[in-house]
Amino acid sequence: MSECVNFHFDIDGDNFTSAGEASVRIKKHLRDMGFSPETIRRVSVAMYEGEINMVIHADGGSADVNVYVDRIEIILADSGPGISNIELAMQEGYSTAPDNIRSLGFGAGMGLPNMKRYTDSMKIESEVGKGTTIYMTVNV
Amino acid sequence: MYVYKHSVTLDIAKCKGCTNCIKRCPTEAIRVRDGHAIIKEDMCIDCGECIRVCPYQAKKATFDKLEDFADYKFKIALPAPALYGQFDELDDVDYILTALLECGFDAVFEVSRAAELVTEYTRRYMKRADVPKPVISSACPAIVRLIALRFPYLADNLLPLVPPIEYAAMLARKEVLETHKELKDEDICVLFVSPCPAKISYVKNPLGVKKSAVTGALAISDLYFKIRAKRKEIKDPQQLSKTGIIGLNWAGTGGEATSLLSDRYLAADGIENCIHVLDEIENGTISNLEFVELNACNGGCVGGTLNVENPYIAKARLRSLRKYLPISRNHPTEEAELPDAIFLDDFDKILLNTGASALSEDRLTAIAKMSAVENIYKTLPHLDCGSCGAPNCHALAEDIIKGEADEADCLIKLRDTVGKHGQ
Repeated sequence: MSECVNFHFDIDGDNFTSAGEASVRIKKHLRDMGFSPETIRRVSVAMYEGEINMVIHADGGSADVNVYVDRIEIILADSGPGISNIELAMQEGYSTAPDNIRSLGFGAGMGLPNMKRYTDSMKIESEVGKGTTIYMTVNV
Repeated sequence: MYVYKHSVTLDIAKCKGCTNCIKRCPTEAIRVRDGHAIIKEDMCIDCGECIRVCPYQAKKATFDKLEDFADYKFKIALPAPALYGQFDELDDVDYILTALLECGFDAVFEVSRAAELVTEYTRRYMKRADVPKPVISSACPAIVRLIALRFPYLADNLLPLVPPIEYAAMLARKEVLETHKELKDEDICVLFVSPCPAKISYVKNPLGVKKSAVTGALAISDLYFKIRAKRKEIKDPQQLSKTGIIGLNWAGTGGEATSLLSDRYLAADGIENCIHVLDEIENGTISNLEFVELNACNGGCVGGTLNVENPYIAKARLRSLRKYLPISRNHPTEEAELPDAIFLDDFDKILLNTGASALSEDRLTAIAKMSAVENIYKTLPHLDCGSCGAPNCHALAEDIIKGEADEADCLIKLRDTVGKHGQ
């Protein structure tokens, strides 16, 4: 019996209007496994913010969700421009989103802070010019 | 365990086993097995989408008939405001209310009257400091059940007040008992004239109230021709209507929300739009909202599948009917800011009554099963064609693991297998 199930999503960078769909799908899967509404919301919000970030800044990427009995891991990986100053990026209200994205209501500088707030641990690995990988865990 | 009584049912004799309904069902509650559709009762929210899409009229709503209640001494009709939009060249609601009396009812009580009171109580409830925002309307039973099944996190945001239909029945009984001293409560039956199957289900499953004051639910479409014929004979209608603009507006999308007199509202209709809005609210992406009104049917209650008229035509008629009416004609007389009777009991229980979709109650087993589902899903064609009888490939994979379907049900896989053997 496997004690972990993996869900892999390719996040399409060309299609801004479909951003957020992986978050909707993971919600259904977690519901089918009987996780609590609170846990499902934390995972789906963290996923959602991550997806939006990858589409805005990195031309898409991939999301992997590993579900264990006691925790849910979310790994978001992209080959985008990287984050030059992670400390600055983690500050609420700091954003490098372009104007056209802001006009849609995004770019409030709450993406990364929200991902941290809704998860129990978060680690960012980023190299300028190479890409970014974010590891998050939500304990059950 | 409580068994939910559905109003959406299937006539097997008429079902051809086409896959129109399985693709349209918002909760993936329908499968085609052995040549005909089956409805998974624990998943169905009685929204009526399958009734709309079925080309063979095999999906239908079950409802009560007025004749079923002949034993009651006193019959009260509760017309939904959508009813008034069904008739052309109507300039006065009283013609319809008088026609209802001619059809065999002893009294009428408009649901729109109670709606005006619920509106006032909702305004008061929203002013409370500890209310989780946005408040989500609980007037559409299909939406309440959808939230219970798919958005349990938002359950606390649901408006915990009795819906107008229930409040109308409570007030109607009270009014009749006061004016007819010879009657006892059990002599009276209160019959809702419904625009949709979801509200019929509400009457059959009075969750959130200890004992519903509504006795049965009739269909607008079933009474329509009778009312129409009676209306033509009426020269001088009785003055019965006590509804204002706000009450009539509840029949269409935005009616409930705009009556709260705040512009920080969202009003959506159509089940797919509602699901999208709920996903966004759950993600916290819509800020600054005070109130959310969601209607499973396009256009709101006028779009329910038990109406006879197109929802937009009905809405236009209601617009002309409300001309020269006062804004609201019903105002609370209770001393309490929010009387106890206006609150739903055991609202949490309505919502706990679901969750049947989980693969297993044991988390480890559920994860193992989901892992098996994913492995099967990878081998399926991902065309979501529906020819296996499940709405999409992922649903088929889940059904296989639940033991309800077989990999051989996938016609695309079967074709490839046959092709290989043939070479």
